[in-house]
Amino acid sequence: MKVLKAIAMNRCIGCLSCMITCAAVNQQDHSILKSAIRIKTSGGLTSKFIAVVCQACKDDVPCAEICPTGALVIRQAGGVLLDKEKCVGCERCVTACTVDAIYFDCETKLPIVCKHCGVCARFCPHSCLQLTEEVE
Amino acid sequence: MLYENAINVLYIDLTTSKIEIKRRTDLAGYLGGVGVASKLLYETMRSELPLLAPEQPIVMAIGAISGIYPLITKTVAMFISPLTGEMGESYAGGRLALTLSMAGYDAVVIHGKAPRPSYIAINGENIEIKDARPIWGMDSDAVGQFLRDHEQGGGKRSILRIGPAGEKLVKFASVCVDTYRHFGRLGLGAVMGSKHVKAIIVTGNKTTKINDFKNYFRVYQTIFKSVTGTDLMAKYHDLGTAINVEPINALGALPTNNLTASHFDDAGQISGEAFAKNNLVRKMACTGCPVGCIHIGQFRREFDKGYEYEAVSVGYDYELIYSLGSLLGVSKTDEILHLIEAVEKTGMDAISAGVALAWATESLMKGIVTEAETLLPLDFGDSENYYKAIMYLANRENTFYKVLGEGTRFAGATFGGKEFALQVAGNEIPGYHTGYGNLVGLTVGARHSHLCNGGYAVDQSMTTFDENKAVDTLFNEELERCLVNSLVICLFARKVYNRETVLKALTAVGYTLTDSDLTTIAKRIYTTKLRIKEKLGFDPRQVKLPKRFFEAPSIHGTLDPSIAERMINRYVEKCALLLAEAPSIPLTPPAI
Repeated sequence: MKVLKAIAMNRCIGCLSCMITCAAVNQQDHSILKSAIRIKTSGGLTSKFIAVVCQACKDDVPCAEICPTGALVIRQAGGVLLDKEKCVGCERCVTACTVDAIYFDCETKLPIVCKHCGVCARFCPHSCLQLTEEVE
Repeated sequence: MLYENAINVLYIDLTTSKIEIKRRTDLAGYLGGVGVASKLLYETMRSELPLLAPEQPIVMAIGAISGIYPLITKTVAMFISPLTGEMGESYAGGRLALTLSMAGYDAVVIHGKAPRPSYIAINGENIEIKDARPIWGMDSDAVGQFLRDHEQGGGKRSILRIGPAGEKLVKFASVCVDTYRHFGRLGLGAVMGSKHVKAIIVTGNKTTKINDFKNYFRVYQTIFKSVTGTDLMAKYHDLGTAINVEPINALGALPTNNLTASHFDDAGQISGEAFAKNNLVRKMACTGCPVGCIHIGQFRREFDKGYEYEAVSVGYDYELIYSLGSLLGVSKTDEILHLIEAVEKTGMDAISAGVALAWATESLMKGIVTEAETLLPLDFGDSENYYKAIMYLANRENTFYKVLGEGTRFAGATFGGKEFALQVAGNEIPGYHTGYGNLVGLTVGARHSHLCNGGYAVDQSMTTFDENKAVDTLFNEELERCLVNSLVICLFARKVYNRETVLKALTAVGYTLTDSDLTTIAKRIYTTKLRIKEKLGFDPRQVKLPKRFFEAPSIHGTLDPSIAERMINRYVEKCALLLAEAPSIPLTPPAI
């Protein structure tokens, strides 16, 4: 089982191909607002890019801990998977995530959570993002 | 908009603050981009009024499939050019296309004049005209930083702004888009300045469900692979457009010292390799482009004794290395970056500024103007004085710089020395003195740019020059680019987006068009542009080409004015045939 890691953001060119493909594949939407990974600048385009994405917390998983309905199921390798049936849209997971990597989709009333599928890494032209084996 | 058979147009009247959003089904037959923008310009321009009258419009448009496929990243701006007095058309990348689509607009039309310095904030359907008095006068860089902190929407917004040159109506002032891209050519910055618009911020929250995911994503992946996995785009990513410096110089087509030569002895010192070795620190991309052709060069500058240094980072490209390098005889990469920084901060088109200063230098050497006028002993190779001259030009320091800020053609006509004022129909020339293809291409091209019809490539592709064939190629290329630009695809990807790929990309999101439909659309667009030019009184046969073009050797030898004239006449005949055919071109919108 693998997890997504933003390993070399220094090399990011800001093309946002990761966001475009994540939104397309996982949410069937053309808008980057639906992406589970977000590329931001840390102070305008002259600064470095940073990737805001699930850090694949293991063992202690704040978003899953706070979820009142058990809709966020802990993945073995780290991170969580969303059980849409159980989610009540309370948004607690959004605030529980210290790195702000969970986005609330106001249209579906569901959180957008990275499932570590690696599609973003596949379309990253500079290999800034990589799907790697879980580190013990 | 995507999956809709209508064009959403946002109209902003700065004089009355009136905002209107119209859903125009009648524009769908223009596909988008330059097609829709040409039609909107034709509808709203006022050819009977002065070039910078408040009534004159600024039109911006994106295409039908902007942002959803790799390299469909550009936005077109159309306006009446204060530099040439005729059709203005310019393209910028960055994040603008994506943000316009997220704001829900295919096109924006801005007219009128704000009563005081203002900036426009477009956030979906919420449009505000805000106070820009405190930021009026700021350089392009600083105004970007200020608005970034003051406004919402970081990461998914676009910030357009002008520098002091635009405010002061320098006729080739540019608009900076997202720090590293520009609406550079033909003076959109002056048009914005004349309307009291310092900046435009675009953001929005629109989402769009994909109708047929499998089909769409299959096409997306195929294009993505051909862009990243083949060598089609490699040169743009590796050394960037700067790769052209040495080959163009080797051909003897690199304008040097105001085109007194077409070969620069020091070209090796300012080549793509030299920039990569000395200065390249980073590459960046427009949103949706995995190529990343934006090359950022850095150098350090000592500003005081005591080891006081500052770091300067700017984007560089072939055209800038030509206009602020070889054309001015500047042979050090750091010095070229230094000059690029000056045009960036002041907000001027780098090509026009370089050409204007090259003309000023030769005029000073020939005694046509004096040092009392130029205020500086301008000399080829002396970048320190050129830096100061760029500041004077942007500031319209004295009568001389005021005149120069009206454009090189105007300066040549005013002071004398028009025979070496390197402009075609008022637009300062790009860096390819390749031959008739380039020269005639610039004359007949809708916006007098090398990007209209790629005339330099026509010259390079012909071992023996065939003037009729060259004219046909120029015409067909201009026509085809009307189509590419209606989708506002980056022209670097024009080989990736051949007809077959364009049709696949359109079909996958529901635009059922045929190859012949695309030809019809291209003809419709070109016809519209020709009518705009006609309305503005332009006739390519009246263009007076400066003598210098017929003195400096090109790759096809020294050019003969009578051949150029014949080619222009032949081109005009082809345009007349297209216009005659126009009424029979059906205006049917694509079926969705």
